[in-house]
Amino acid sequence: MLTNAMLIETKGLKKIYSIDGSETPAVNGINLKIKEGEFVAIIGPSGSGKSTLLQILGCLDRPTDGEYFLDGKEIDKYSDDELAHLRNKKFGFVFQSFNLLGRLSVLENVELPLIYAGVPELKRREMAVKVIDSVGLSDRVDFETMRLSGGQKQRVAIARALVNEPRIIFADEPTGNLDSKSGEIILEFFEKLHEDGHTIVLVTHETYLAESAERIIYLKDGLIEREEIANHKSFRKI
Amino acid sequence: MSRSVLTILGIVIGITAIIIVMALGQSAQNLIVGEIQSLGPETIVILPGKQPKGLSDVGGTILGDSLKEKDFKDLSKKENVPDAANVSPVVFSSVSASFGSQTYDTIILGISPSLFETFSLEVKPAGTLFGLNDVNEKSSVVILGDKAQTELFGNSDSVGEKIKIKGKNFKVIGVLAKKGQSSFVNFDDHILAPYTTVQDLTGLKYFNRITVRAKSVEAIPNVIKDIEFVLRNNHKIDDSKNDDFYLQTQEDLVKSVSSITDILTIFLGSVAAISLIVGGIGIMNIMFVSVTERTREIGLRKALGATNKNILVQFLTEAVILTVTGGMIGIVFGTGLTALTVVALNKFAGINFTFSFPILGALLGLFVSSAVGFIFGIFPARKASLKSPIEALRYE
Repeated sequence: MLTNAMLIETKGLKKIYSIDGSETPAVNGINLKIKEGEFVAIIGPSGSGKSTLLQILGCLDRPTDGEYFLDGKEIDKYSDDELAHLRNKKFGFVFQSFNLLGRLSVLENVELPLIYAGVPELKRREMAVKVIDSVGLSDRVDFETMRLSGGQKQRVAIARALVNEPRIIFADEPTGNLDSKSGEIILEFFEKLHEDGHTIVLVTHETYLAESAERIIYLKDGLIEREEIANHKSFRKI
Repeated sequence: MSRSVLTILGIVIGITAIIIVMALGQSAQNLIVGEIQSLGPETIVILPGKQPKGLSDVGGTILGDSLKEKDFKDLSKKENVPDAANVSPVVFSSVSASFGSQTYDTIILGISPSLFETFSLEVKPAGTLFGLNDVNEKSSVVILGDKAQTELFGNSDSVGEKIKIKGKNFKVIGVLAKKGQSSFVNFDDHILAPYTTVQDLTGLKYFNRITVRAKSVEAIPNVIKDIEFVLRNNHKIDDSKNDDFYLQTQEDLVKSVSSITDILTIFLGSVAAISLIVGGIGIMNIMFVSVTERTREIGLRKALGATNKNILVQFLTEAVILTVTGGMIGIVFGTGLTALTVVALNKFAGINFTFSFPILGALLGLFVSSAVGFIFGIFPARKASLKSPIEALRYE
């Protein structure tokens, strides 16, 4: 039996791509533990496997080898549908390129996860409006998302990630497409979410972003190079 | 958007064609059935020759000479066919009639007075119908159809005048009130005379048909049995296979006409269905393009918790909405074009088609168009549903 407090635990996690017959490991045996409520940054140069690791942790991709325990359950035997339900109920994603449906309104974008969760329309609307309000976009509810600025788009994406009250938020270079001012606002959101008790796994290649996290995991060539407990903020809570 | 419009064009055309074929087929059938039923459901027609099984047999029924005077006499006897209300023989021949310098080529119909009642024929004021004594005395009297009157006399009065047919004089005793086509005969075109007179004139010793009117629809089976008994007895036939006559009830006619128009409708409908297949392939093509273009969207939806089934249903629904939209446009077009055609036929061809909204065609159109969406949407939708979330999200 695994430690109950561990939300995520991996043992020897590997993802190997076969390209033209030669095997290229993107993730090459990672042992990782993330506790409930932690803010973890995964940092590394491009090609270090940090995005692949995030995708596996987020159940968007399956590992080639190794074990993955979520809430103490081994999930690598889950079917596609079970993984879809897992992503729907337990995870929220924030991507570098926002990945909003441009012709849908802010509200409709934020409602999407709730539709797949089978939440009835009225309840859905109520929940979405509340979350949109919390990211400060209540005056943009009916706007098509393609008419929003980059910073606003990412706030919609954060609202969408939060609307199903997930256990973990996965963010992949969330400020990568933003100017520094918008990026800072987004970062403040993540810090606030962390203070509210959310578990956050953030992937970035920029050190200053990682410094908001409690713990920084340095990745190189598909392996954990080192870990460090980051700044004073993290001690504040412990 | 404009791409979708072009794509559903095939469906629109296909459904339009199906609606038109079905609606006009139904109108034609209604028209023909109406003609048949104008004779009254109690009427049984006896025709010479064998029951035609194909076009080559039709000659036998026109040229057949098996229905003789004795047959008519025997059928007319109350004790032989007790349930018959009346029995009328018909003999016809192609003749040339003249009045002064005017000639008119037509068909002279030799009938008995009871046929006036069967076909509800009336003469214009000034004239009279002929009676049974005219039949018995082979009177040289004729009644002109409306068109025959105009061709021979123009606008002048014809009653009391004499016309010449095959060198003999016939006295015009009446002109039929204009009636138009009824039960496949347009009496306006013809000249009517007692059947005995026509037999004398042409030397024909047989009848082209004998019309028997039953007392009621319920009595028809009995009347048929009696007629068959009398005729087989007269013609010395033991086996019904060797019958040299056949009977046609109005019900038979309606059935055979319906089956012909049904076959035509199905045939033309199948031709229209080809357009639907072509349209369906267009839909499939556009759906494949759409699935590829929206790969990232599929990936995102899956990341947010959409299952394979959710994605399948989404794309299938889109395909069905596309084709059903096409189907509904087709129903509107088809109905409109049918209404126009009916109006045009009435106005320019004088064909008395009636327009009614083709409910069956519309329902079929909706069903078929959604089926096309389903059948041709399932492959692209399946392709979409099987995309792995991360491959789809990475797609540029």
